[in-house]
Amino acid sequence: MTLAASFSLQLGSLDLQADLDVKPGELLALLGPNGAGKSSVLRCLGGLAPIHSGRIVIDELLVDEPATDTFVEPENRPIGFVFQNYLLFENMTVLENVAYGLRARKTPKADARRVAAEWLERVGIAEYADQRPHSLSGGQAQRAALARALATNPRLLLLDEPLAALDAGTRSSVRRDLRRHLETFEGMRILVTHDPVDAYALADRVAILDAGRIVQVGTLAEVTAHPRSRYVADLVGVNLVTGVVVDGVLTTAAGARVVIADALPGPSFAVIRPPSISLVREAVAGSSARNTWAGTIVEVDRLGDRVRVGIDGQLPLTAEITAAALDALQLRPGDGIHASVKATDIEVYSV
Amino acid sequence: MTGRRRRGRRANLPTPVLALAVVAVVFFALPLIGLLWRAPWSNAWGYLTEENALTALRLSLICSLWATLLSVVFGVPLAWLLARVEFHGRGVVRALCTLSMVLPPVVGGVALFFALGRRGLVGQYLDRWFDFRLPFTTAGVVVAQTFVAMPFLVITLESALRQLDQRVEDASRTLGASRWYTFRRVTLPAIRPALVAGGVLAWARALGEFGATITFAGNFPGTTQTMPLAVYLALETNPEQAIVLALLLIAISFAVLVGLRDRWFGRNDRASTTVLA
Repeated sequence: MTLAASFSLQLGSLDLQADLDVKPGELLALLGPNGAGKSSVLRCLGGLAPIHSGRIVIDELLVDEPATDTFVEPENRPIGFVFQNYLLFENMTVLENVAYGLRARKTPKADARRVAAEWLERVGIAEYADQRPHSLSGGQAQRAALARALATNPRLLLLDEPLAALDAGTRSSVRRDLRRHLETFEGMRILVTHDPVDAYALADRVAILDAGRIVQVGTLAEVTAHPRSRYVADLVGVNLVTGVVVDGVLTTAAGARVVIADALPGPSFAVIRPPSISLVREAVAGSSARNTWAGTIVEVDRLGDRVRVGIDGQLPLTAEITAAALDALQLRPGDGIHASVKATDIEVYSV
Repeated sequence: MTGRRRRGRRANLPTPVLALAVVAVVFFALPLIGLLWRAPWSNAWGYLTEENALTALRLSLICSLWATLLSVVFGVPLAWLLARVEFHGRGVVRALCTLSMVLPPVVGGVALFFALGRRGLVGQYLDRWFDFRLPFTTAGVVVAQTFVAMPFLVITLESALRQLDQRVEDASRTLGASRWYTFRRVTLPAIRPALVAGGVLAWARALGEFGATITFAGNFPGTTQTMPLAVYLALETNPEQAIVLALLLIAISFAVLVGLRDRWFGRNDRASTTVLA
């Protein structure tokens, strides 16, 4: 039981290209900023949007391949779909909602209702079986949507932001519930989320989708240890510099030079942690820091006794200094500044 | 229109606005009061049960129900097309299909005549190949009524379909339901209030149809003389009967509007602004 998908899709101005592999029993989180195309990937897998090129294979069943004019309608794919706002059918009871998929597949009514009742029991909302969905709380509606999607015994479960519709107070308990219920499902699962906490709590592996491209795949720890996109770098709170290494110097597209210690030549990422950056008003001669860049302060953001200073220049950076240092330097947006960092404080890895 | 539910808010209205509103209500109420005032109440039942009135009433009911049925059969797919399928010239098609709402019905009748009449664009072939003629037949009445009534159903349904969250239908598809099963179990229940409202509006419009019917189908008792035509004819020959028949039509239309407002337009007040001819 595997999913192999590699496809592209033009969505307005967004050029989406996705390459996904999900192993049996695995939960892959698709993490990325809003508008990155996460939900569109799910819609393609679910058959709600046709792909433009490439192919999608769910469990050895080819479901979409424009080159051979293959397209399996959503109702014939072995999938379950949990939508962002759950989209329960308001004209039916909760039980009828869960029985719907079986009824649509021509399961006799009594059998469908029996299976649906078991599912409601399993997710713990059996007492709401005869009520309309609008009387459910957000967490209960999510469980009903999950039961509805799982009742047809899909091989691949797609979850689109299942926690986004909940308020912050209930989100963590619902997340815990969801994790428990997802663990009992043995098929493949793909979870779309913009919240790294969801990915951390629920996923085996994470795929980072940024501006229509999957830029990184791995466990969340792997992904955050070596960011390969601005999005992940921002999540972790580090500066990510992209460039080409020649003779121990990384040069960015804008022409900024970053002196680094022992790295292989070629296109590389460099991570500069904000606390390792020192700020000085005037460039100092004879410093042990091998790198010094001139810039202009664009932002000063106090977080308790630490201060994040945004600097624009040939190499845009965010530095982190203490509140005492800020007071001593009297930094304000618009001021000229020099940022310096030791070569040994910069972590470099190949693209 | 009745203002019943808004009575509590009346105190907030500036006096001149209130005065103008009252004038408007009186303007609409006066003709009705006029009819009620002149109605021959003692003989009302007699006039209603006269042979010509009963014939016209029966014909009206049959024709208007057929027209409603045809409006539903063709209007639901048309509304779906206009609401869901993006195509070039959709605005033009929508305008074309709702034109008969604003057209003088007589003009509609003339247009139908040139299209479906014996020498009409299509009518000549119906005549030549199938020996089938629409004008001056009961079927012609149904065609004329459908022509003016269907748009009421179409615009009501189109707006309901637009308001429906299409992702609910997506959800149904991912659960293994075909397009048709989805339409029956999810879409149709969601738009049922609009379907009933649109159907009743179309029926009331068909029942009151006069201009297109008399132009296209003529005025033959028993085959094409519907209630409105009977009222018109009775004005010449028997004005008292005309008043009674008119009151009956008014009562039906009024009941439809009041019923629609309370039952179907509680939240979504749209079609109640349309006027029944």
